[in-house]
Amino acid sequence: MSTGTYLQPASLHEALALLAEHGGAALVAGGTDLVVGTRQGKRTLPETLVAIHLLPNLDGIGGDRGGGLMLGALTTHDAIECSELVRSNWTALADASAIVGSPATRHVGTLGGNLANASPAMETGAPLVVLDAKVELQSSGGSRTVPIESLWASPGRTTAAPGEMITGVRVPAPARGSGSAYVRLEFRRSMEIAVVGAAALVTLAGDGTVAGARVALTAVAPTIVRSPAAEAALRGSEPTAQAIAAAAAAVHDTAAPISDVRGSDGYRKAMIEVIARRAIDVAARRAAGEDVPVPATMTVGGTR
Amino acid sequence: MSHACTLKVNGMSYPLELDAGRTLLTVLRGELGLTGAKEGCDDSECGACMVLVDGRPVNSCSYLALQADGREITTVEGLANGGELHPLQAAFLDEGGVQCGFCTPGMLISAEALLRRNPDPSEDEVRLALGGNLCRCTGYQKIAKAVLAAAPGATS
Repeated sequence: MSTGTYLQPASLHEALALLAEHGGAALVAGGTDLVVGTRQGKRTLPETLVAIHLLPNLDGIGGDRGGGLMLGALTTHDAIECSELVRSNWTALADASAIVGSPATRHVGTLGGNLANASPAMETGAPLVVLDAKVELQSSGGSRTVPIESLWASPGRTTAAPGEMITGVRVPAPARGSGSAYVRLEFRRSMEIAVVGAAALVTLAGDGTVAGARVALTAVAPTIVRSPAAEAALRGSEPTAQAIAAAAAAVHDTAAPISDVRGSDGYRKAMIEVIARRAIDVAARRAAGEDVPVPATMTVGGTR
Repeated sequence: MSHACTLKVNGMSYPLELDAGRTLLTVLRGELGLTGAKEGCDDSECGACMVLVDGRPVNSCSYLALQADGREITTVEGLANGGELHPLQAAFLDEGGVQCGFCTPGMLISAEALLRRNPDPSEDEVRLALGGNLCRCTGYQKIAKAVLAAAPGATS
């Protein structure tokens, strides 16, 4: 492995200064993508590493004054999975973090790392898209907030500028009567990556019809994508099994999967409809007040 | 470039000079002679290299040694109390949860991480907690049974 430079800043301010000073430096937190990738031979370790795993004040989960959720970039999947706050109102995110990798992956892997790795198969992306999250980026020159859908450019690439670091994620409170869920297709229970996945947010009106819906898809396009056709099909409908199936059948508007070692394009096309149907169904049941346990993938069956 | 650090392993402090890319596993085995943690897959799939860092399970094959600087590391060698086996180790022996033994240190560490947080787990919780540890011999039944038997909150 590389014999490069290892820098461990004591503060965010210092970390951002180091990123500005060392162009091409890579951030490392849990290392579950960066270091694992080097062990797999996918890439060599970058020459300069800025280790941020112990930076203070970046691993919190909290509520904001507007009823929204704030997550520090260093929040681990384990912390998200175990957070009653996340489970109560942003359930799809808990569904996702609870099935990342193994317990060891979840104990050291961070939300910021999952988003920055920009894999189209990432678990936390689709939930945060349906939950309308905003991502905070900071650099030595300042900070900006971007809608999460504009964070990813292509597989493995974000739209963050050189020197920018993801520092946090803000998620608004879902409207009253909302429920959300994330389901993935998996071949095994642990150490798995989504073959395909889907997240849904369903908001029910007082009369039980769908007042609002958001659907996002995992591992069927170069980045996480929404399905406007599925969302439109749900809106105004009664969330019956038939209506949910019809909405799920509409996800092919944006689902354009590739073939790889985890599945062929044809298999993914067939399965994304099934998984989207399950995610929408659980979201609608949660919106109606049903307690569907986290992670939804285990409850409704994400396996073949 | 070498970087000074201090690894605290099983209560002992080891001052070291390490290259940035060194993994915790190679330092534990190579520099410190602690060969309990094993190299299986070398990319976080199998769990044979599992250690605790500040009480949390970590795949040491894919974790930078420098990131463990100053933190509390526990390897399988730190489980027994002198000549007395840790309850998990005794239960693995009693229940026949060991065959070739290669996965055992990692299994013990993942189980220890579980029991520190949840002293009375269900069998499903045990199996989830061991989800990142592969065993090619036992079929897992006796390993799960051993962890349940060693759980301090177990009533039997």
